[in-house]
Amino acid sequence: MNIKMFAVLLIALLTTSVPAGAQSKLNVVTTTEDLAAIAREVGGDHVTVDAIAKGYQDPHFVEAKPSFILKLQKADLLILVGRDLEIGWLPPLIQQSRNSKVQVGADGYLDASLQAHILEIPQGQITRAEGDVHPLGNPHYWLDPENGKIIAREIFDKFVRVRPNDRTYFEQRLNDFVSRLNDAEKRWVDLMAPYKGTKVVTYHRSYSNFAERFGLNITGYVEPKPGIPPTPQHTLDLINEMKRGNVKIVLVEPYFDLKTPNSIGRETGAEVLVMPPSVGGVKDVPDYFKLFDYDLAMLTNAIKKTGAK
Amino acid sequence: MRPRTIAWTLIVFSVLCHSMFAQTPTTADLNELRAQIDALKADYDKRIQMLEAQLQALQNQSQSTSKPETPVEAAVPPPQQQQPAAQVPSGAQGAGGPGGALPVYGGTGGERVFNPDIAVIGDFLGAIGSNKVNPNPALQMHESEASFQAILDPYARADFFLSFGQEGVDLEEGYITFPALPGGLLMRVGKMRAAFGKVNQLHNHVLPWTDRPIMTNNLVAGEDGINDAGISVARLIPNKWVFLEATAQAYRGDSNDVFHSSKRGELAYVGHFRGYQDITESTNIDLGVSYAHGHNPAGIADFDLGRFRTTLWGTDATIRWRPLKRSIYRSFVGRSEFVWSGRAQPTGVQHARGYYVAGDYQFARRWFAGLRYDHSGRAEDASLVDQGQSAILTYWPSEFSQIRAQYRRTKYADAPIANELLFQFQFSIGAHGAHPF
Repeated sequence: MNIKMFAVLLIALLTTSVPAGAQSKLNVVTTTEDLAAIAREVGGDHVTVDAIAKGYQDPHFVEAKPSFILKLQKADLLILVGRDLEIGWLPPLIQQSRNSKVQVGADGYLDASLQAHILEIPQGQITRAEGDVHPLGNPHYWLDPENGKIIAREIFDKFVRVRPNDRTYFEQRLNDFVSRLNDAEKRWVDLMAPYKGTKVVTYHRSYSNFAERFGLNITGYVEPKPGIPPTPQHTLDLINEMKRGNVKIVLVEPYFDLKTPNSIGRETGAEVLVMPPSVGGVKDVPDYFKLFDYDLAMLTNAIKKTGAK
Repeated sequence: MRPRTIAWTLIVFSVLCHSMFAQTPTTADLNELRAQIDALKADYDKRIQMLEAQLQALQNQSQSTSKPETPVEAAVPPPQQQQPAAQVPSGAQGAGGPGGALPVYGGTGGERVFNPDIAVIGDFLGAIGSNKVNPNPALQMHESEASFQAILDPYARADFFLSFGQEGVDLEEGYITFPALPGGLLMRVGKMRAAFGKVNQLHNHVLPWTDRPIMTNNLVAGEDGINDAGISVARLIPNKWVFLEATAQAYRGDSNDVFHSSKRGELAYVGHFRGYQDITESTNIDLGVSYAHGHNPAGIADFDLGRFRTTLWGTDATIRWRPLKRSIYRSFVGRSEFVWSGRAQPTGVQHARGYYVAGDYQFARRWFAGLRYDHSGRAEDASLVDQGQSAILTYWPSEFSQIRAQYRRTKYADAPIANELLFQFQFSIGAHGAHPF
């Protein structure tokens, strides 16, 4: 190959880009299945949505596999939970995606947390003596349907920005989703109303927004500090505290070991519930509505069974 | 460089710049722009309404003693910081200088926003036992690595890693990365660890051992590895089946005792080809082939220095298993690398080869156990072959610290067998870095 041919080839290689056809579906990649579920509600059949982390895996610890690079390479839009949840694995994926659309701050990059109601934003000086604290607040905010609506609106705004021609379609889908979610939320809040103030213990701080919305009172955590595995002394203290406070429910995310929660259950007579904090956490939770249906049904049954208050 | 080559280079460069920074507007673009402006307008309207609501709420608050509802509180932005001011020196105003208060730049807190992510990782090593060839001190603060990483501008990011070691400060890596160049290229310019195999690209603190394999020390430039100033271009090779990535790198040509550049044109070249495939959602396989070529330091200065070259070929294979639902408790990584070295020197070409095979099993949330077997000839004398066996136990108090012990038995070709117990404390402060894969 002579140098002329090489240069021509190089120019051809560098200037060819695949034109974005008006008819093609918007290719959306989300970091979690919860965001994927909401994006599907708003996007309908005008988008294809693919999630990176599975609902049954700890979203803090996802491996930055090259197969995810391929997903991001083809994405028109990347939606992330934000608040540093994905700090350990998303930056290298974005960097290696070779996709200018989804780089931080680009048009196809959406941090879904910016308008959401975020809890536990640390005030003042924080150190890691408090464990793996999230300096930007609790990232498990999607477990409040009110935040679900805010996320949906953010996704809608982004969809419209990227596909202005589909505005009416997306608007209709958004309104439909919000109205169904309003109805469902009313039903869920009514369902939980008799049990307002029920004391629970959770493994990690995944259910803060959930507890706030549905009136649960979280009195302790199986983890002594965020991200630090249970220690015998902390477990003992927790058991005593639960006995004193008559706490009868322990909520555990599907990706944590059940050994310590089960022994706490045996000592205190509390019911240990493996409660998915995400869509896809168990088979019966394929969408955002089913997540709350499933979790609240499980919770109310356990409260009735144990007589927890 | 011939004039024609220069001309073509200029053309390619200008096309590159053109497609990167500019676009000719079309009707579709204009429509899109219009839509974006509309969206922006709507957004600002919304924000103004929100601000008005907040103002109202604040006025209500000042009038009554009762607190406003929490949602408003959550939406209130932090109070604006007062711009500090300096007084104009007396006399300046009359002499045509500025009047009134002068703004003071910096120190307002805003500068912290643009500070890079900073982290420092300490690596403390200890050794017990005897080793006549490579006697590490009983206790040493082996390395303190400071990293500074940030997004540079809409087109690039920059990463710096300074290593404070026993011998002084060294720029371990410092480079700019263009993540989204036209043509799907990922370009990196600066000083960096070359994409030769797996271990060469890893910093000390992410190794699964306290040391590096004998193969690295004998054939691939020791602890620092092939690490040089250069330019790297990587591209994904599109296909329906697997992840394929090709990387081409050109370096100045100085990497410890492997490559040595005695004049400007004596560059070193590295190529890497990587294939990756998920077998199941918890198991995957990662394969690579690497090539490196450059001038070596054999020869006598002002006589035949620069005449001799080294060529390295390498293959690497990594198999990983991590069940997603129990990902923080159980995992296994098996890895192996082979390197073939051809080193020309005044006495002829030496063909040496080396490899290691290693496995690490995570058996609890904070515990890992590993084994490694080493076997390698020496680049300058292939007939001298060193062998080693290691057993490793690692404990993580948290994500930010690590304690490790390694029993290492090394059978040197020309020295007594070394039996050592190596131990390591690693600790990291600052920004939470990404986990390597």
